[in-house]
Amino acid sequence: MGRPMKLAGLNRVAAKFAAIASLAAVVVAASSCSPTPDAGNKTLKVVYQKTDAFTALDAVMQDAKKEFEAANSGVAVELQPIQANDDDYGTKLALAQRSGDTAPDVFYEDTFKVRSDVDAGYLLKLDGYLEKWADWSQFNEAAKAAGRVDDGSIYAVPLGTDTRAIWYNKKVLQKAGISLPWQPKSWEEILTTARAVKASDPNVIAFNMYAGKGTGEGTVMQGFYELLYGTDSTLYDEDSKKWVVGSQGLTDSLAFLKTLYDEKLAVSPAEALDANVWKKVFGEWFPQGKLAATVEGSYTPSFWQKGGTYEWPGYEQDMGVAMFPTRNGQEPGGVSMSGGWTLAVGAKSKNPDLAFQFLTTALNKKNALAYDINNSQIAVRNDVAADADYLAANPFVKDVSDLVAVTHYRPATADYPRISTAVQVATESVITGKQSPEDAAAEYDATVRKLVGEDKVLEK
Amino acid sequence: MTIRRAMRLLPVIPSILLLLLFLLAPVAWSFYASFTDAGLTGKAAKDPQWVGAENYLRMFSDDSFPLSAWLTLVFVAASAVLGQNILGLLIALLMTRSGTVVSSLVGTAVVAAWVLPEIVAAFAAYAYFNRDGTLNQMVGMVGIEGPDWLYSFPLVAIILANTWRGTAFSMLVYRAALADVPRDISEAALMDGARGWQRLTFITLPLIRGSITTNLMLITLQTLAVFTLIWVMTAGGPANASTTLAVLAYQEAFKFGDIGYGTAVASVLILLGMIFGAIYVRLLRERRP
Repeated sequence: MGRPMKLAGLNRVAAKFAAIASLAAVVVAASSCSPTPDAGNKTLKVVYQKTDAFTALDAVMQDAKKEFEAANSGVAVELQPIQANDDDYGTKLALAQRSGDTAPDVFYEDTFKVRSDVDAGYLLKLDGYLEKWADWSQFNEAAKAAGRVDDGSIYAVPLGTDTRAIWYNKKVLQKAGISLPWQPKSWEEILTTARAVKASDPNVIAFNMYAGKGTGEGTVMQGFYELLYGTDSTLYDEDSKKWVVGSQGLTDSLAFLKTLYDEKLAVSPAEALDANVWKKVFGEWFPQGKLAATVEGSYTPSFWQKGGTYEWPGYEQDMGVAMFPTRNGQEPGGVSMSGGWTLAVGAKSKNPDLAFQFLTTALNKKNALAYDINNSQIAVRNDVAADADYLAANPFVKDVSDLVAVTHYRPATADYPRISTAVQVATESVITGKQSPEDAAAEYDATVRKLVGEDKVLEK
Repeated sequence: MTIRRAMRLLPVIPSILLLLLFLLAPVAWSFYASFTDAGLTGKAAKDPQWVGAENYLRMFSDDSFPLSAWLTLVFVAASAVLGQNILGLLIALLMTRSGTVVSSLVGTAVVAAWVLPEIVAAFAAYAYFNRDGTLNQMVGMVGIEGPDWLYSFPLVAIILANTWRGTAFSMLVYRAALADVPRDISEAALMDGARGWQRLTFITLPLIRGSITTNLMLITLQTLAVFTLIWVMTAGGPANASTTLAVLAYQEAFKFGDIGYGTAVASVLILLGMIFGAIYVRLLRERRP
């Protein structure tokens, strides 16, 4: 922002200012020549995400730092938590990785970004290190695959994984006369129940599913993909490595969202497009009994348990969890989506051996157990999964862990973020009434063709 | 003589170097990157390829670009050229005719929006236009249920917010300019029987013409670059309905990691600023009537 200033005098002022600035620069340069006192010491830079609703990883990192520094004298661990949402964290991390001077040694990395970040040369290949790490055998096969890229090498080690399910408020359903435990067998049954809830109390949000660009990946992970992967269609054909277009499943999924929003069974479109709607879901609507059911992640209890962001002592009794059904109840009966985050070592790290050692400290049984419990993650280490404290962390551990059997993963290609946005745009157009499901699906197809090219799409 | 002239330039050299290093270099890099497929991640991050004008050609097939360009023009025209400029002039004129107390009260109120850091002003505007915000609570008191401004009228909301925030700048420029208008010319016109509006259009405005163009230039460039205000209030939504070029460039470069395309959009924004600048400079150079 400029300031009002006589323009004629501007040059003179600027010149004076520049003279002072250059003098200051000389002084600073001279003073920085003095040797730093601890020149012999090594520093590891650790970058991860921390928000007001996500402090579990910060706690683990603090513990790991203490453990690691005690075991390795002369090595300092510099923790750099980034306060941002998932999208902005990814951007900040990628920007830091572009230069060796700012690139972290160890960092928190989303599984679906592993492949494109390996392509970008940001991640160090860990095969040689993992061979010599005794604990590696404790990780289950699916977990090992999370950090594996197309050439079969492993670049990242998972902290935990997650699944998605229907979370419902038992009291609200009971009031509407729905028998418990509730397990819808098809999309139609979801609508029937939601209409019954709405009829018994019009002020209650009967069945919410995220939609629109506001909630970003939440829209597709906790909403649209549960619908799409429950039809006989998919987003991406893994065998031919092509994106699916012209899919009836996509149109039908959009039509289901349209029904939810048109009949006002979900929140209003304006509320749905607010990026902070999920905070209301966890912080207000569920605890206050204003929301009957929604699709959310297995990490849901982490918000409500003791020490969580929206502490709610009654959640263990009041809440129930159900599998999201396939469209007509066809095999395998349910659908879920999984993601999860990993720790990785920077390819530009000057101390890769120490960096990997820090990674193993942060992921040892004690720290992994603490993290999985505090963040309601599904354990990926067998010894953690069998731990009594883990199993007793909340009443839903078994329900959400069982969903691993019907879960799907996002196609982790470099094109994915844009395709995901195209899906979010389609849902937004449909729930706001801007486009019919057919038109929105047609526009999605056109966008995909434009994004990836004709040779990478598959007509179904 | 030449040595003396060179010596006079000496103190300016550091400032020129600083400007080259911190202003021109990023612009040049951004312009260069707009001809590559540089990305935030993926293969294009490690080894960006020269793609020629592909990013620029893509703008014409991309639906969001023409929309953004149009929204940017509307935003600049409505909130800067009309809103800030005319409102600023009007307030400045009224202040010259009002008492000291009224004028300082009005001045403080207007400048308050301008001294706020941009992020604070943006949150204030968000809180004001929000569905349960101040505006709707006020109209609610008289029994009207206000719409969700940020959702139903996002462009109107950001135009009003930017007008609110930026008017102080124009007001200050015009107050200074009006103070320099010689009283005797106005008084002579008054003697000749010129009415208020005649004195304004034939005497005052031509005299402060230089200030008007300078002001227009500055506020246009500021408004073209507005990002935080829009990002906090609507984040460009819903469905791109308030995505100006600055927001589009950010989304492409940092949300989709397509630095090449993002910098191409940013280059167009720079070009747009230069066009506006050239027009204003021309207006300034034209001979006075």
